[in-house]
Amino acid sequence: MALDFLLTQKVLTITADGDLRDYDNQEQLNALYQNLEKSHKVCFDGKSLQRWNSCLAAAFYQIILRAKAKNIEVDTTELPNDLQNLITLALTVDRKPKGKEGKNWGFLEDLGDSGLRMLEGIKKSWAFLGDTIKSLGRFFTGRAVLRRVDFEFALADCGYKAIGIVSLVSFMVGLILAFVGALQLKMFGAQIYIASLVAIGMTRIMGAIMAGIIMAGRTGASYAATIGTMQVNEEVDALKTLGLPVTDFLVLPRLLSLIITMPFLTMWADIMGMIGGATVAILMLDISAPQYWVYSIKAFELTNFLVGVFHGFMYGIIISCCGCYYGVNCGRNADSVGWATTKAVVSSIVIMIVATGILTSILEALGI
Amino acid sequence: MTEDSVKIKAEGLNIAYGSNVLMQNLNFEIKKGDIFIIMGGSGCGKSSLLRLLTGLKSVDEGKIWIDGVRFDNAEPAQKKKIMQNCGILYQSGALFSSMTLAENVAMPLQQYTNYSDDLIKDLVAFKLALVGLKGYEDFYPAEISGGMKKRAGLARALALDPDILYFDEPSAGLDPVSSKLLDDLILEINKSLGTTIVIITHELSSIFAIGKDSIFLDAETKTISAYGNPKELLKNPPNKNVLHFLSGGKK
Ligand SMILES: Nc1ncnc2c1ncn2[C@@H]1O[C@H](COP(=O)(O)OP(=O)(O)O)[C@@H](O)[C@H]1O
Ligand SMILES: [Mg+2]
Repeated sequence: MALDFLLTQKVLTITADGDLRDYDNQEQLNALYQNLEKSHKVCFDGKSLQRWNSCLAAAFYQIILRAKAKNIEVDTTELPNDLQNLITLALTVDRKPKGKEGKNWGFLEDLGDSGLRMLEGIKKSWAFLGDTIKSLGRFFTGRAVLRRVDFEFALADCGYKAIGIVSLVSFMVGLILAFVGALQLKMFGAQIYIASLVAIGMTRIMGAIMAGIIMAGRTGASYAATIGTMQVNEEVDALKTLGLPVTDFLVLPRLLSLIITMPFLTMWADIMGMIGGATVAILMLDISAPQYWVYSIKAFELTNFLVGVFHGFMYGIIISCCGCYYGVNCGRNADSVGWATTKAVVSSIVIMIVATGILTSILEALGI
Repeated sequence: MTEDSVKIKAEGLNIAYGSNVLMQNLNFEIKKGDIFIIMGGSGCGKSSLLRLLTGLKSVDEGKIWIDGVRFDNAEPAQKKKIMQNCGILYQSGALFSSMTLAENVAMPLQQYTNYSDDLIKDLVAFKLALVGLKGYEDFYPAEISGGMKKRAGLARALALDPDILYFDEPSAGLDPVSSKLLDDLILEINKSLGTTIVIITHELSSIFAIGKDSIFLDAETKTISAYGNPKELLKNPPNKNVLHFLSGGKK
């Protein structure tokens, strides 16, 4: 009731008998392969084979492949017909795929590859930026193919639909800012300056940063995923072959709506942050509401506020460009949509921070 | 209840999405080792019928037996066990894009058997060779053509030596040569493994080349309006819709 093999006069006879379903004796197979090396001919004997499944067929197939590679004669005529048919079927089509593997240089190759990929990435992003600017140009000269519905949808999505989460997060940030500041300022009896701290902090930068990070995670990610899925479904190809500029159609409405809404979201975040600060001040530091108001107004400067709003505007450009760029350059499978989304969020946040650093030093130098 | 030679039996089966009734009171039997064709115009509910037969959609009205065991109201564990004996080739191949072809085919083996890694490797090589994809083990689905994806999907469907193989429009999107190759492969698998094969198709050449039995889902009457061997049906069409369909739209 098993598989047996016997090497006599350079003829390897493999006898299969009984129930050989789920045949999985790798040791025996390895021994068999070794004997195969020494033989000139392989004969299969399956006259008393009763039951089998693909496991046996796969094993026989491997044996025959090895035999063929060594020009050893194979005789399968004594196997049951259906098993013979199956193995023949597996052997008939023998198309070699065009080489996928090549020489592997290991580390060096990886290094070169990543260098090339980086170069490619830079080229692609230049091209993307160029397209986007051209597309904006077409928009302002009224020649862009921008669908009103798309634009309204995008505007609603990053407009009033984002207010809830922006409010919550910036309220909490204002709260935290005030709370952490209060612990220190209390030591000098200067709690009242919490109002100034929060007002300056939120308007100058924190409002914009919070709005930016939320919108990167919320809207930037959805841009990349939406456009990426369109890429997977060949919708982007359809647009291209219809002769429609992809940037006008997909990037422009998203870019415009984020550029428009981000400054407003920033202002909203400023206000919510200040309300958060006021909550801490009033509830924990016994500062009265009118007092807090007075100090906030005193600390409030239009320049700071405008700098913050400008940051918001800049973040809008960065987030929408990153989201759309990774969406448009997404691969063709489910995995790459995930990858594009991650990349979009991570790179928009990184670029936002870097840009803020640069902008801050420029403003510093200008004394603003 | 059912005789030994019947693999799948449906009784009084309805196909509906809410109030949108697609088919009513379907009765048919699929014999062991049969090549059974489900034909019908686009949108008449063929894919939906397949979803019922494979447990992807719950049955509202009617009964299904597989191997004499009630399938439609079986416990989830029981259903899963029955489904292990069914292979399905989806319309687009439905390969997992993050896995190589070898990993795709190996997945059901790793999930449901305790074969050794060596055996799984041999089995994967064998199944891929069966469908004519020898040497493509390390390719990703995105790197091969549509016809090859279908065949790779077939290799995965064959992984566990299923008793039943379901195909949803196997030749859709394939050129005539690839589609003929796939038909030959289906015949070969049916012959050597004795697999019961259920095919949804409206490809006339396939229907006549490989179909042993068939049903015609008639969108007009919402029932099976023809049942039997496709060639016989063309010779003696029971109604004009079937004739119209089987003669390729000629009046
Ligand atoms: N998930 C679903 N929800 C509601 N209706 C559906 C769903 N899937 C399919 N349908 C309806 O069922 C009809 C038949 O679909 P399908 O079974 O895919 O047809 P076929 O495969 O025969 O072309 C479709 O026209 C559609 O209206
Ligand atoms: Mg369908």
